[in-house]
Amino acid sequence: MTRDEKNRKSKIVNRNSHNMHTETVHITPYRTLAWVLITLLTLTFITITVTWIDLSAITVLVAMLIASVKAYIVLTYFMHLKFESSLFRALVIMVLAIYALVIIGTFVDYLLR
Amino acid sequence: MEHRDDIGAKLGMWVFIFTEILLFGGLFLVYAVMRSRYSVDFHHAAHHLNAFIGAINTVVLLVSSATVAMSITAVQKGNTKLAVNLLILTLLCAAVFMVNKYFEWGHKIHIGLYPGSDLMITLNHGEVMFFSLYFFMTGLHMLHLVIGAIILAIVLVKVKSGTINANRYVLMENGGLYWHLVDLIWIFLFPLLYLIT
Amino acid sequence: MTEEITHHPEPSYLVDTGKRKGLMAWLTSTDHKRIGLMYLFAIMVFFVIGVILGEVMRLELFWPGQQFYGPQAYNGIFTIHGIIMIFTVVIPGLSVVFGNFFLPILIGAKDVAFPRLNLFSFYLFILGAAIAVSSQFMGNGPPDTGWTFYAPYSIRTHTNVVAAVFGAFVLGFSSILTGLNFIVTIHRMRARGMTFFKMPLFPWAVYATSWIQVLATPIVGITLLMIIAERWLRIGFFDPALGGDPILYQHLFWIYSHPAVYIMILPAMGVITEIIPTFAQRNVFGYKAIAFSSLAIAGVGYFVWAHHMFTSGMSVSARWIFSLLTFLVAIPSAIKVFNWVTTMYKGSIDVKPPLLFALGFIWLFMIGGMTGLTLGSLAINVHVHDTAYVVAHFHYIVFGGVGFAFFAAVHYWYPKMFGRMYNFKRANWAFGFLFVGFNLLYFPQFIIGYMGMPRRYFDYLPQYTFGHQLSGLGGLLLGIGVIIMLQNLFSKKGAKAPDNPWGGNTFEWRIASPPTVENFDELPEMGENDQPYDYK
Repeated sequence: MTRDEKNRKSKIVNRNSHNMHTETVHITPYRTLAWVLITLLTLTFITITVTWIDLSAITVLVAMLIASVKAYIVLTYFMHLKFESSLFRALVIMVLAIYALVIIGTFVDYLLR
Repeated sequence: MEHRDDIGAKLGMWVFIFTEILLFGGLFLVYAVMRSRYSVDFHHAAHHLNAFIGAINTVVLLVSSATVAMSITAVQKGNTKLAVNLLILTLLCAAVFMVNKYFEWGHKIHIGLYPGSDLMITLNHGEVMFFSLYFFMTGLHMLHLVIGAIILAIVLVKVKSGTINANRYVLMENGGLYWHLVDLIWIFLFPLLYLIT
Repeated sequence: MTEEITHHPEPSYLVDTGKRKGLMAWLTSTDHKRIGLMYLFAIMVFFVIGVILGEVMRLELFWPGQQFYGPQAYNGIFTIHGIIMIFTVVIPGLSVVFGNFFLPILIGAKDVAFPRLNLFSFYLFILGAAIAVSSQFMGNGPPDTGWTFYAPYSIRTHTNVVAAVFGAFVLGFSSILTGLNFIVTIHRMRARGMTFFKMPLFPWAVYATSWIQVLATPIVGITLLMIIAERWLRIGFFDPALGGDPILYQHLFWIYSHPAVYIMILPAMGVITEIIPTFAQRNVFGYKAIAFSSLAIAGVGYFVWAHHMFTSGMSVSARWIFSLLTFLVAIPSAIKVFNWVTTMYKGSIDVKPPLLFALGFIWLFMIGGMTGLTLGSLAINVHVHDTAYVVAHFHYIVFGGVGFAFFAAVHYWYPKMFGRMYNFKRANWAFGFLFVGFNLLYFPQFIIGYMGMPRRYFDYLPQYTFGHQLSGLGGLLLGIGVIIMLQNLFSKKGAKAPDNPWGGNTFEWRIASPPTVENFDELPEMGENDQPYDYK
């Protein structure tokens, strides 16, 4: 068995009480998770060093950008979004978009007074 | 006949996570507004926070996310012992975070830096806003961390007893998702509160 | 229209078949139909209390000057009237009663995705309502802030704001969990062969509503917690003395409370969309347009909140952008009205009580909607903001719209829920009193509001007296209508109902009246050529 085959298992899934069908389930390998952690720790380190350099307004932007990358990695690998059905990804994007627009809507008031 | 819909259960958990994102979202919005008004005061007030402890907490939470994800892999592979140990590690990380927070908050309260204190009234408006946000946001986050830890403790018991196993682990996945949410919130809280000096 | 009574061997859901009997069988039931009925009972009680509070206000306002009580009491009354009506009646409203009862049936399922969570939502609802109502009897007196709890007054007033606000928080949590349940139900439990676009339109409406519940409510949740933190801990987010901004409160509050009105109206529109095809015996016109317009209302409705704040001191850009978006959100609503009317064209119209209430809804909703557009115009808004014009507008939409749709739904689905018919003549009389009374009560408010009558005032200048007295008379007629309607529906058992008294062809009309516990003897399926509405 290849490592990939070892990491996929068949699972009998019940759906709506009508039919049972088999679905391969993705198992995230330990190595992947370890690399994800290392990446996240590295990005944390970068955030800290970057904010030591005072770029005034841009510092916030850079810090938020890196935080967003970390969030993306957590969502994709730890929270398994990469391997779920596309519905989950679409919903996450929809929610984040709505939230972003709410912030923009509020700042249309505050920034343009 | 048993009606079991794991995908539905997971979808339900994701929808719940969306509500939590919007809940904290309201607070981040307040932060954004206040910071844009009082950027200088925020800069000064943030000096009272210990970025080193904040960084330790960040590392601790990231590690705990990794360990809980790994423990799910362990359950999927049928390795109960490893799963249990990884969950224990996760809970230890949670404990470290809580202890740090206790000392952080304790110190501030000791020197009179808390909402409504006599000292607080004398500070600049922006500094007051900063500390109010600090306590409210980290407090709400802490509440969710405690809830997440309780959920994972329940998961730990069920993994040990075999109720959660390689054929039936959606409860564990959902508990893990909630824990990752706690981590996600902190990923944003850390730079916004601790790294604006 | 089938008139014969079919006998079903299985007991109905109204019969206690489990271990427990009587009240406990209901209070511990996870059956979506029983939960829907429990919500119905609770909401009707809250509605009647809210109506009484409204009548008490109308009484004081019948003449200028103080008649029966003073301004402090008046402020307390309009506050709790708003809290009860908004948070315990119209926001949960059609969702928790008819969504719970009929969503699973309409999509061919046995129950919702998480039945125990459903019951928990109900307990939270009762708990939240109890906490909110307790604000009237504890502490330093009933809150006098209005249901909107604007800062900084809500921070400073000594009245019992925290109980009301915390009650609203718990109610919000109940709403979130219901929305979550319905979203998963619709995604995962549709009948085999029922794609999203073969779902009837009431489930579509419930789907859009549920997303608003799930995404908007948390924001008011956190805002209400902030109010409590302001009062107890002096965190100062909205307190200018500490550096906070009261306008920020308004933003946060309305970011939820505007989408909240779409939580109220979308299921209402969904019910109307079910009723009209049945009583016109025609397929609904523009199925996809109605489905998408529900999503559009939910989506665009998320971004119009600041039209409640035009006179608060926002930036000019914010004002015209939100005004523009407000006009845009009217379009999908208008599409629905067009589709309803077109569905009836050349149909075989049968004016039974459900259709009567549905037609009343269309009339009242249009007035409410169009006055919403006038309010959305910046120049007019400056003149009528915080006047009785606004009060008239939202009562037309919320009471005339959501309320009448609720009455329509009750009259439509009553035979299915209870297995009994009601007296049509009396229902028509109830409708008459309600419709005439409603217009007499609220239309004069547009006029005196435009003439300058402020809202939330317990006293007024003499020139508004006639308008208030017309309103008072309208209130009386409306109250009589409510009594006739409730007496007709709930005082004695009517004739046994057939499975399909109206000739509808969505799933609920193919099962027993009242349904069995599992709804269907055999779970239905939809073939490739089956459509949700199948009239000629």
